[in-house]
Amino acid sequence: MKKNIISLKNICVSFDGERVLDNINLDIRDKEFVTFLGPSGCGKTTTLRIIGGFLTPDSGIVEFEGKDIKAVPPHKRNVNTVFQRYALFPHLNVYDNIAFGLKVKKLPENEINRKVREMLELVNLTGFEKRSVNRLSGGQQQRVAIARALVNEPKILLLDEPLGALDLKLRKEMQIELKRIQQSLEITFIYVTHDQEEALTMSDTVVVMNGGSIQQIGSPVDIYNEPKNAFVADFIGESNILDGLMVRDRLVTISGKNFECVDGGFGENKPVDVVIRPEDITIIPQDDEHISGVVKSVTFKGVHYEMLIEAYDHDWLVHSTKSATLNDTVGLSFGPDDIHIMNKMEE
Amino acid sequence: MKKLVSAPYLAWMAVFVVVPLLMVAYFAFFEDGHFTLDYVSNVSQYTNIFIRSIWLAAIATAICLIIAYPVAMILSEMDTSYQGTLLMIVMLPMWMNFLLRTYAWMTILGNNGVLNQFFGLFGLGPFKMLNTQGAVVLGMVYNYLPFMLLPIYNVMVKIDKSVLEAAQDLGCNRARVISKVILPLSMPGVMSGITMVFVPAISTFIISRMLGGGGNLLIGDLIEMQFLGNSYNPNLGAAISLVLMVIVLLIMTLMNQFDVDDDKPLI
Repeated sequence: MKKNIISLKNICVSFDGERVLDNINLDIRDKEFVTFLGPSGCGKTTTLRIIGGFLTPDSGIVEFEGKDIKAVPPHKRNVNTVFQRYALFPHLNVYDNIAFGLKVKKLPENEINRKVREMLELVNLTGFEKRSVNRLSGGQQQRVAIARALVNEPKILLLDEPLGALDLKLRKEMQIELKRIQQSLEITFIYVTHDQEEALTMSDTVVVMNGGSIQQIGSPVDIYNEPKNAFVADFIGESNILDGLMVRDRLVTISGKNFECVDGGFGENKPVDVVIRPEDITIIPQDDEHISGVVKSVTFKGVHYEMLIEAYDHDWLVHSTKSATLNDTVGLSFGPDDIHIMNKMEE
Repeated sequence: MKKLVSAPYLAWMAVFVVVPLLMVAYFAFFEDGHFTLDYVSNVSQYTNIFIRSIWLAAIATAICLIIAYPVAMILSEMDTSYQGTLLMIVMLPMWMNFLLRTYAWMTILGNNGVLNQFFGLFGLGPFKMLNTQGAVVLGMVYNYLPFMLLPIYNVMVKIDKSVLEAAQDLGCNRARVISKVILPLSMPGVMSGITMVFVPAISTFIISRMLGGGGNLLIGDLIEMQFLGNSYNPNLGAAISLVLMVIVLLIMTLMNQFDVDDDKPLI
C-alpha cells in the first residue's frame, strides 16, 4: 500500500457567496496519476489551485505527507504546475524559461545547464534552447511548460487541462508522452480535464466531480463499469439512463418488462436509475420478451454503427458493428450483467 | 485604396510637421539667403542652460518613474471595478487648465503662501520654496506624472496573471516576482513613460517661468525669448531648437539601446 502524499479534509470554498467546493475529502497516493474529471465549473481547477497554494480554502485541512500546509505559500511548496494556457515567460527564451526555477534557487551554473539539457531531451526539444517561446507551436510551448515545471523535481506535478488547446492528433501523442514521463520519473501527477477519454487513457485513479463535490473515486475500469450514479454514467462514455423500478433484489422493471439483474440491496418497489451501455445492447428480431422499438437513425462511426431506437418511453442508443435497417422494428437484448442499477440522485 | 485612405494623413504630416521642421533648419543655417554656421556655433554659449534643462528634466522624469511605477502596479492588481474610478481620480487634475494648475502651486509655495503660513504656526520659516530649482522639478512632476503612469499601467494590466502565478510556482516570493517578471515585462511601458515625460519636461518654459523665477532659465525659456521676447532673434532660436532636437533624439536612442530584447525593439 502506497502512502498518501496529499490529503484534503472537509475542504469548502465559496466565491461571492456561491459554494464552489462542498466538503471535499480526498487522499492522493504517492507516485500515482490522478485525474480530476468533470464538466466546467465542477470545482476541479479550484481543487488543483488549493493544492498548488494559489487559493486558501474557507475551511478544511490540506495535508502534504501528513503535515498541514494550508499556510505555506506556493513558492515554498514542493509542487509545480503546468498552467492551462502554459503561462510561459514571454521575455525569456526556451532555455531561460526552463532554467527559471533553478536560477531562483541559485543552483550552480553548470548544474542548471546539465538539468535543463536533460529536460530538453526528455520533452524532445533539444536544439530549441535559444528559440523565443513566442515562436513555438502550441505543442512545443506545452513541452516547455512541462519541462519548466519538472526540472525542479517536484514531488507532485499539477496539470491544469494542459492539452486543451492542442489538436486531436497532438493531444493523443502528448497523452502517451505524459504517461511515459510520469512513469519514468515516478512522481505524482494530478491532472485536471473535462475530457473523459483523456482521463480513462492516462489515469491510475479518476476523481469524478460535479457541482463542487466528488461523485466517485476509482480506477478507470471501475468508473466505467461500475458508475456510482447517473451523472458518472452519463459523463463517462455514452449511456442509456432509464427510469426503473426495483421490484425486489435482482429483479428490475424497465419499460413495463421485468428483467433479471445482478444488483440488490435497494429495497422493494423502489424507483431507481438504470444504466445500460450502448455497446452492451444487441439488436435481435422483435419478440414479446424483449423491449422493442423502431430504428430512427443509423450513423457510421468508423469502428461501429451508432443507432437510435425509439421504444415507447425512451430513445435507446445502441452501438453495434452490424447495421440495422432504418424504420424496421427490432428487439433489444442485454444480459443481467449489463444492467447497472443506481440510486436516484438527490436533487 | 490604402493609399487613398492615408492621403489626408500624409498631407497633414507634410504641411504641419515636415515643412515646419525644414523651416526651422533653414532659419538655423541661412541668414538672408546665405549659408552660415554662426547661429549653430553660438548655441554653445548656452551650454549651462542646456545642462540645467537636461538635469532638471532627468530628475523630474526619475521622480515620476519612482512615484508612478508602484502606483501603476497597485492599480493594475486591484479589483477591476475600482481601477476605472481610481484612474479617473489620477487624471482629474489634467482636466484643469495647465496655467491654472501651475498658478495654484505659486500660491502654495510662495513666501506668504499656504505652506509657509502653515510652518509659521509653529514659528518656523518662512522657507524660500518658490523660484527654486526644486519648485521647477515639482511643477514638472506634478504636471507630467499622468504621462508616466498611464503607459506603465496599460502595459501592466495586460500582463497575464497566470505568468505571475507561474513565477510563484517556480519559487519566487513577491519581491522576486516583481524583479524577475513584472519589471522586464513592463519595460515597454516604462520606456514610453520616460519619453512622454522627459521630452516635454526638457522643453517646457511656463513651469520654469512661473515656479523658477528669473534665475532658473531653461532651454524652453531661451527659445521663447528669441521668438517672442526682447532678444528677438529667430535664427538663433531655430538653431537652439535644432540642437535640442538632436540632443533629445540622441538620449532617446541611447535609452532604446539600453534594454533591447532578442528579437524586437521596445518602442
